[in-house]
Amino acid sequence: MSVTAIRETGHLPDLSRVPLVDEVGVEERSARFQTRSIKKESKVEALRMVLSMIDLTTLEGQDTPGKVQQLCQKAIHLHDAMPGLPHVAAVCVYPTMVGVAKKALGKNNIKVASVATAFPSGMAPRQIKLEETRIAVDEGADEIDMVISRGAFLQGDYGFVFDEIAAIREACGDAHLKVILETGELGTLDRVRRASVLAMHAGADFIKTSTGKIQPAATLPVTLVMLQAIRDYFYETGRMVGMKPAGGISSAKLAIHYLVMLRETLGAAWMTPAWYRFGASSLANDVLMQLRKQATGIYQSADYFSKD
Amino acid sequence: MSTDPSKLAFNAGWQYAPAPESTDHVTIDEQYDLFIGGEFSPPGEGRYFETINPATEERLSSVALAGEADVDRAVKAARKAYAGPWSKMKAAERGKYIFRIARILQERAREFSVVESLDGGKPIRESRDIDIPLAAAHFFYYAGWADKLEYAFPGRRPHSLGVAGQVIPWNFPLLMAAWKIAPALACGNTVVLKPAETTPLTALKLAEVIQEADLPPGVVNIITGAGDTGAAIVNHPDVDKIAFTGSTEVGRIIQRSLAGTGKKYTLELGGKAANIIFADAAIDQAVEGIVNGIFFNQGHVCCAGSRLLVQESVADEVITKLKDRMETLIVGDPLDKNTDIGAINSAEQLDTIRSYLSIGREEGAEMYQSSCEVPDTGYWCRPTIFTGVSQSNRIVQEEIFGPVLAIQTFRTLEEGLTKANNTPYGLSGGVWTDKGAKIFKMTQNIRAGVIWANTFNKFDPTSPFGGYKESGVGREGGLHGLDAYLRLES
Repeated sequence: MSVTAIRETGHLPDLSRVPLVDEVGVEERSARFQTRSIKKESKVEALRMVLSMIDLTTLEGQDTPGKVQQLCQKAIHLHDAMPGLPHVAAVCVYPTMVGVAKKALGKNNIKVASVATAFPSGMAPRQIKLEETRIAVDEGADEIDMVISRGAFLQGDYGFVFDEIAAIREACGDAHLKVILETGELGTLDRVRRASVLAMHAGADFIKTSTGKIQPAATLPVTLVMLQAIRDYFYETGRMVGMKPAGGISSAKLAIHYLVMLRETLGAAWMTPAWYRFGASSLANDVLMQLRKQATGIYQSADYFSKD
Repeated sequence: MSTDPSKLAFNAGWQYAPAPESTDHVTIDEQYDLFIGGEFSPPGEGRYFETINPATEERLSSVALAGEADVDRAVKAARKAYAGPWSKMKAAERGKYIFRIARILQERAREFSVVESLDGGKPIRESRDIDIPLAAAHFFYYAGWADKLEYAFPGRRPHSLGVAGQVIPWNFPLLMAAWKIAPALACGNTVVLKPAETTPLTALKLAEVIQEADLPPGVVNIITGAGDTGAAIVNHPDVDKIAFTGSTEVGRIIQRSLAGTGKKYTLELGGKAANIIFADAAIDQAVEGIVNGIFFNQGHVCCAGSRLLVQESVADEVITKLKDRMETLIVGDPLDKNTDIGAINSAEQLDTIRSYLSIGREEGAEMYQSSCEVPDTGYWCRPTIFTGVSQSNRIVQEEIFGPVLAIQTFRTLEEGLTKANNTPYGLSGGVWTDKGAKIFKMTQNIRAGVIWANTFNKFDPTSPFGGYKESGVGREGGLHGLDAYLRLES
């Protein structure tokens, strides 16, 4: 079956067949990734990879075109003092800022991602969510980050959630769809796993942990469960789905541990910005600082790195 | 590397650079003598043997070979210390000495970890995170019991036994020394301990710790040698108690020679544990449990989950996931912090493992090994699984003591249980299911000393450990571990 065919004929999977998750075991495995010691050239390679996978994000009620333009400048010029750095994968904004971001990024090959579907709560009628999605795409968004209806999911109305994702998927057209599970509101890892399976079958191109507005946001255990769901879905259908942990990943060291987890769970094919993203606002500068340290042997003051 | 796009590829792309643990802070002497009566003294016959690093085959040091006269000297020193200060000392004072050993071990943990990995081949991650901290924990735990023995056995009066002769294996050198020495001392006994011939160094370093802790001379004596030295300890007439951990074969010889002597003994012997995965288990975590059960410490674990029993309906899924997981295991330099599987302990053990790999194939089983590269020098074995095996195969019945897993399937709980118990061993077992009732049914009916549910290879000083059937006699650890070093008067 071709990838498109799977997406289009997707139907609500039998969620009772989704593998169970043992929380203690997941935490143990997650801790084990953190014992990997990443040094020297493998550290530099990882740091550069992290930079290239960042969705540089501003999602505030106080966002202005000026703020978004500045963020786009940061996306293009991460740290010109160090030539040859990769640029971030995307800039992630609210739908009203998509046009601004698109223009500011120009032809720099940095994607514009827009949240949609009444982010972050998702509490809006479906027509409004669909309309918001279409507007964001029309404005030029390359990627849509939608939120699932957690209320319906927790209520057990899986059909509703499935149909909604499928409808948004359709409204996205050529834009990539990232489905935010908001794992901090799902309560158990079993539900995280089920929501992941549901979202992938409904046509998600990426599954994403969090809006960043709810605590806990991304954690290693939650991400591991989602990666394992992606792996099983890949084995079942042959279709690759991307992963985006978002919120709470602000240190380079932690980001590297996420990459270790990715490498040892899904392998080399997923280790590109096409299949893995970090949703983060302050991670980039810590990564830059670490890269600088690797190159010169000394830590530079935070004042040398632009804060946009 | 797999080029099949329908498979996950783990060996391409980003790789981890070497991350070796520093050895600068470690000194290993050119030669070690016998630790008898609180001092290091040369062996009577002047003979020494080499201990090597199994990852490089390079010589690390020479250690003394204790003959019968040396054993006798050690037992006499232990007897004198027992009669002298140790058995007369206030129990709380005894406890203080044991606490002191525990604290010094913690302080020198990095040094001990490195030496353990150098001498035995186990990954530094394990010696650093498991062996050494757990060894210290055993001393801490039993130090606390020293002045509370009356409360451990209410209504009975505990008495120490005298001199304990202890012979330990090469798979967890320092940890096994701690398992043996800590309860013996807490109960007021003195000790003659012999570490395994391939891994004597951490025991000799422990002798330094015992000096540093200022224990009265002769309370702990550590003598090195091979099988003959061990036999001399077991057969010495003035030893009151024998504690042995090792092979079932040697255990049988020891039991035979102890028959009728009145010596108390505990034997912790081999195993061939069943790790049982039910269809309703959390499969991804169960796969981790399989890996931890059989590849921990290169499979040199008497309680290793060396027989995988997996329910038929999930067998394919489990095996596919296990193979993927095996691809991510890093085999190599034990001192590299990222190594998951280190070196096989000795050339002899590697031969044993290899002979079982041939036996498995000759029996018609299908062998699968991960694709990792292993170094040219040193003793290595890739993580290995056998599928298509049955109860009648030798690789299912006999202990291999290496990173080799025999996989069988079962259909019903009863069949799983029958297969699990159909072995002369009974040291450990594992059950993986989401159903509590099933856990209870299995754990009540598997005849093994320790059974883990939804986890594997977890150890704690408070928990007793020991076997059924040919896996041994007696319990070590916890309150039960005190009983082995006491005479209880009612």
